[in-house]
Order: sequence, then C-alpha cells, then structure tokens
Amino acid sequence: MTHTRTYQTPAIIIKKTKLGEADRILTMYSPTLGKFQGIAKAVRKPKSKLSGHLEMLTYAQVTLVHGKTIDTIIGGQTINSFLSLRNDLDLISCALYMAEILFQFVPEETVDQGLFTLLLSSLECLPFAKDRNQLLRYFEMHLLQGVGYRPELSNCVFCRRELAPITNAFAPSAGGVLCPSCIKLGKHYAYAVSWDCLGVMLFLQEGDLESVLATPIETTVINEIERLIRSYVRHLLEKEIKSIAWLNSLKQNDCCH
Amino acid sequence: MDKAQPLATDAVNRLIQEFAKLPGIGPKSAQRITYYLLRASSEQAQSLSDALLTLRQKTQLCSCCYNISDADLCIICRNPQRNPSQVLIVEQPQDILALEHMGIYKGHYHVLHGAISPTEGVGGKDIRLNELLARLSESRISEVIIGTNPTLEGDTTAMYIKRLVTPLGLHVTRLARGLPFGSELEYADDVTLSRAIEGRQEF
Repeated sequence: MTHTRTYQTPAIIIKKTKLGEADRILTMYSPTLGKFQGIAKAVRKPKSKLSGHLEMLTYAQVTLVHGKTIDTIIGGQTINSFLSLRNDLDLISCALYMAEILFQFVPEETVDQGLFTLLLSSLECLPFAKDRNQLLRYFEMHLLQGVGYRPELSNCVFCRRELAPITNAFAPSAGGVLCPSCIKLGKHYAYAVSWDCLGVMLFLQEGDLESVLATPIETTVINEIERLIRSYVRHLLEKEIKSIAWLNSLKQNDCCH
Repeated sequence: MDKAQPLATDAVNRLIQEFAKLPGIGPKSAQRITYYLLRASSEQAQSLSDALLTLRQKTQLCSCCYNISDADLCIICRNPQRNPSQVLIVEQPQDILALEHMGIYKGHYHVLHGAISPTEGVGGKDIRLNELLARLSESRISEVIIGTNPTLEGDTTAMYIKRLVTPLGLHVTRLARGLPFGSELEYADDVTLSRAIEGRQEF
C-alpha cells in the first residue's frame, strides 16, 4: 500500500472551536494545503502534550492522520509561537483580526503560498511595526489581492478612463474607484476618496512590506483607508469581521485613559 | 430523527429530544438514557426530575461574586473567615471548585462567566467585568489575582483586566504559569517554557 495514513505540514492555527469535553477543532493555514481543519483530541486537559503547540496563532509543524470526515492531529511542534505578540493586548488583538479576516476570505483547501507568506511575515513584523494600523492596511490590501478582490484604484471602474488628481469616489459594490462623472449616474453607493488617500492605497497595494513599514503615513489618511476597506470587506462578506468591535473598544479605552 | 423512531411514543420521543440537546450527548446516548429510565424504578425517575427542578428553582448567581449560589450571597462570600482583601478572578464557576479542592486559597472570588474572544465576538461588555469594576471601587479589596485560563482568550482577558484595574491603584497578580505537575520537560512548548523561566523562584 503506497497511501500513507499520516502526513505532516507546517501551519498557523487561525481558528479554534471547542468540541465535546476536552477536544478542539482547529482551522489551520498551511503553505502546502491552504486552509484546512483537524481535530485535536484532549488538548483542553492540563496535561496534554500538544495543547501548548496548538494554541491560536501558533506556527507549528503538525502531524495528522487521515480520518473519515475530519483528520486527527497526532503531533505538533512549535516553529514560532510569536511570544512578543502574546504579551501585548493591542498586538494580539491585531493578530487575531488578521487571522479572522484571512479565515473569512480564504476558501478551504486552496493552496496559496503567497497568502501564507503574507500572514507569516505580517505576524513576525507586527511587534516591530511603528504603526500597527499601517501594517493592518497593508495586510488587508494584499489579502484582497490574493483572494481575487483587488480593488481598482488607477482607472474608473465604469468608463475605464485614468483617474484625475481630484477627489474621486470609492464604491464597494463596483469594486473600486469611480470618476466624478460616473458617480453622477448614481448606480453605486460611494465614499469620497481624496487624491492623497488614493495614492497611499496604491502604494499599500503595490509596495512590499519592508518599504510600507519604513514609510511614515499620516494617521488621518490611514484612518480614511481603514474606513474604505472596512466598507469594501463588509460588502464582499455581507457581514462584519467580529474582532473589529473589539479593536474599536480598545481604541475607545485608550481615549478614556 | 423522526423517521428513525416511528414506533416510539410522543413521551419517549420528547425525552430523547431533550437529552440530545445536552452537551456531549448524541441521539444514540439520548435514546439509551431514555430507555434506561423507562425500565428503572419510578423512585429513580422521580428523584431525577426532582433534582432537575430543584437545580433551577433553588440556585441563583451570587450577587457579589456571581458564583452559583443557593442564596443571595454564596457560601464563600458569606464566610467571615475568608480574607476580604483578596479577590481571585476566574472564567467559570467550575474553576472555583478546582481551586477550593486545593484548599490553600482563603480569599474571595469573582466569576466572569466567559473570556474575551474577539474572533467569536465576545468583548469586555459580554462578561462580568463591569460588575468586577463596581465591586473593586466599593469594597476593601487590595489584591486582584487573575486566574483566567492560560489560553489566548484567557491571556487577552487577563491583559484587559490589568489595563482596567491598574488605574485603581490595586495590587494585580496572575496565577503562575509554567510546567504542570507530572509532565515532562521535553514536551513543553515555547510559551510554557519561557513563562516557567521568567517565573522561576528561589528554591
């Protein structure tokens, strides 16, 4: 028999759900398998050998055995536990947001090495990023591109003409930016987008992580982009990303203190 | 399920369906328990139904710590022997049972009834944190011990509590995290090991 019963893959744990008394179903993201699920038996017991290696947002080498409906995780060895993320409330909240938005957008068992590298490098860079929000926007822009929802930012989505350096409008339902004359047709709900903001969005979309993190961007522009991407994500998923409420509540808390 | 049990009576089906709603009990186990109860003595069935009714009628949440209680204040909050200056924050009432079994801790508790889980949409307002803050600002508590689970959700909750409680000027501690008794070092993960080294003590 050539078919092996077990297989190994490096993977980042992006979601966990309790199952029964002491088990968990884990959703992992792997460079070779994409998004896939496995059942981790007895990991909620204190003496479980695997539990520490299979916690949320751990990058681990996992071993699984094929099952009838779902595979069982029988081994796990941490590659990177992102310790510096875990000791900071704001950082871990950002990391959870990245895991959730990736989980929502990526279909099961679709392999995408690029998206895996995006997640891994973003998690690695998060503790060192001067502006976490800038990194989150970079992550969102590249995730959208990776899953085929890259917003059109250079030409008007309708008339295909190159956008003029004036205030245009971002229409989530059109998948990109409309020029002032096409907005007047009134077919799509759109948000005004300044020329500066559009330039930064293009930079986030096309730049690499290193150059994005090294370039200071004004907070007002980053906040404007956040609002636009959120509305686009809401339109695509037809629901909210749950951890946004938590990120907002942390922001409000900061304002209170 | 209806297809599978055309012969059972309505009463039997109803009980099977009720049992199947319980955590960890599937349709087959529900069927087995129901048929066992049909054969068991009527006293046993009566005793089970009494126990179920009493559970809901005679228990409530303690108005101070939100533990399961038989009166307005739970047995721990009522006990004058316990140290009122310490409060240990736990996620679930079951955690108190484990800590009380050990018998070393003599302070009070606070049950959150959950942990912050941003990806599940559970935030600070969904667990009993406001009640904790109200309690901390009114009573004579001087030390807050955070006893949330050593999971990502437990850690997130702990860090959030620390952020909320620190401005009140209280002493905030967290249950030590490290190697469990009876385990082996070679299987320990990085997070546990790093915390075991950070939290090492004079021997």
